[in-house]
Amino acid sequence: MADGTPRIATERLSAMYGKATAVKDVTLPFAANRVHALIGPSGCGKSTFLRSLNRMHELTPGGWITGRVLLDGEDVYASGVNPMQLRRRVGMVFQKPTPFPTMSIFDNVAAGLRVGRRPARAELAETVERALRGAALWEEVKDRLRTSALALSGGQQQRLCVARTIAPQPEVILLDEPTASLDPQGTQRIEELMFTLKRDFTIVIVTHNMQQAARVSDTTTFFYLGAMIESGPTRQLFTSPSREETEAYITGRFG
Amino acid sequence: MNGPRLRRLRSHLMVGLMALAVVLAVIPLLLILGTLVAKGASSLNLAFFTKMPVPAGETGGGVLHAIVGTLLIVGTACLIGLPLGIGGGIYCAEYPGSRLAVGTRFVADVLNGTPSIVVGVFAWTWIVSPQKHFSALAGSVALAILMIPMVTRTTEEMIKLVPNSLREAALALGYSRWRTSLTVVVRTTLPGIVTGSLLAVARIAGETAPLLFTALGSQYLSFKLDQPMAALPLVVFNYAIGPYEEWHQLAWATALVLILVVLVLSAAARLATRRKFSLHG
Repeated sequence: MADGTPRIATERLSAMYGKATAVKDVTLPFAANRVHALIGPSGCGKSTFLRSLNRMHELTPGGWITGRVLLDGEDVYASGVNPMQLRRRVGMVFQKPTPFPTMSIFDNVAAGLRVGRRPARAELAETVERALRGAALWEEVKDRLRTSALALSGGQQQRLCVARTIAPQPEVILLDEPTASLDPQGTQRIEELMFTLKRDFTIVIVTHNMQQAARVSDTTTFFYLGAMIESGPTRQLFTSPSREETEAYITGRFG
Repeated sequence: MNGPRLRRLRSHLMVGLMALAVVLAVIPLLLILGTLVAKGASSLNLAFFTKMPVPAGETGGGVLHAIVGTLLIVGTACLIGLPLGIGGGIYCAEYPGSRLAVGTRFVADVLNGTPSIVVGVFAWTWIVSPQKHFSALAGSVALAILMIPMVTRTTEEMIKLVPNSLREAALALGYSRWRTSLTVVVRTTLPGIVTGSLLAVARIAGETAPLLFTALGSQYLSFKLDQPMAALPLVVFNYAIGPYEEWHQLAWATALVLILVVLVLSAAARLATRRKFSLHG
């Protein structure tokens, strides 16, 4: 929160499915090299908000937005912006691990590197190793890089997806409930990862696990019924929330 | 309460009834195969696959011309039908709500139910009649028209099985729409598409009616697609309605070969699918 301009920020962002509004008028900055958690009950719009940041929301039939999303101060919805190039700068990891089933472990991590330009073989191998180390998976898979990614456990697959996402060196990583389908150990590995990943990346994580938000994030934002209710440093939001709805949610009275 | 016992009894009864249904369904199939083997196997020998037919009255001879003809006609039909069918299937699956996809789906379903003889007459009207002569190519076009809707529908169904999360994962990496379709979605479902295509090939390889008006049949070994050409189903048809006992023998043997070809294709389709499942397991 030290430097002035946020890495990524929204200005009066609303996201719609056809006529239904899922996210209402959210203005929210995300400082660089921090972990930002988005919490709230199911259907509160936090995932839709996240998917608006890398323009994945508009791929859903009927999905559209108003307002602005600024990456390094520039509107990602401006007419000249290519969403494909944007998504290489704003990576995303999904709720369920999604390794490409026909590709080896190596090719999965390299998948994002082969878009656009074709890196040299040595450079590719180096980047893949760095990404796998970054995702704390290298030691487990270094001897079987050419085998199918489907042979990995669920937790390993999810770390593979993290490796695939960080390999092209994006600026921002969006995590959409990345541990929702993992066992406790897998969850712990992902959470530990975030502390190292934030050195290089800005992380926005959607979670409906409040303990997780409290453990891993620097700032937390509470969404309710499509609106941003409260946002602030995680400790402050969890210990002395300023809004009644926030307190009700974090103390488990609804949601 | 005698509930559990009654339920178990009813369960056994239903399982028994269904097993009976399976047996009844399989009986005609086995009868066909059995009859073909009994009547046709004795005429099968190397000469049958390597020799040309002999004049009526003589024994021996083979159906080399029809084997070559079927391979050429079906192969050409695949060259025409598979790209169109698979491409159409990919489009329908990737843009399911578009007007073009809805229309394609409807037309494909109607075409799937169209009797093959109608397609034969169509090919005759539009290719044979203007050219004023029969040709293998006209037969290939007729068979391609038959296979396109089958391949389109199976390809679409296979692609729809690919979870949307996989598509999104590729898009989130910065993949373009077409690249996502080809390198992730189609590649993932390739065994399924191959299976559907092989089944369609097996289906059209045995078609007779569309070839009667188009490829016509021939007594000679021919590689010219613009000329009449022999095909296995036509040989079965011609020999079966002929007056000679030797011809009937040859018809049985040819029918057996045809069934074996279809069997091999179906088995190959099975194999392709199984590899897909072992990949996932």
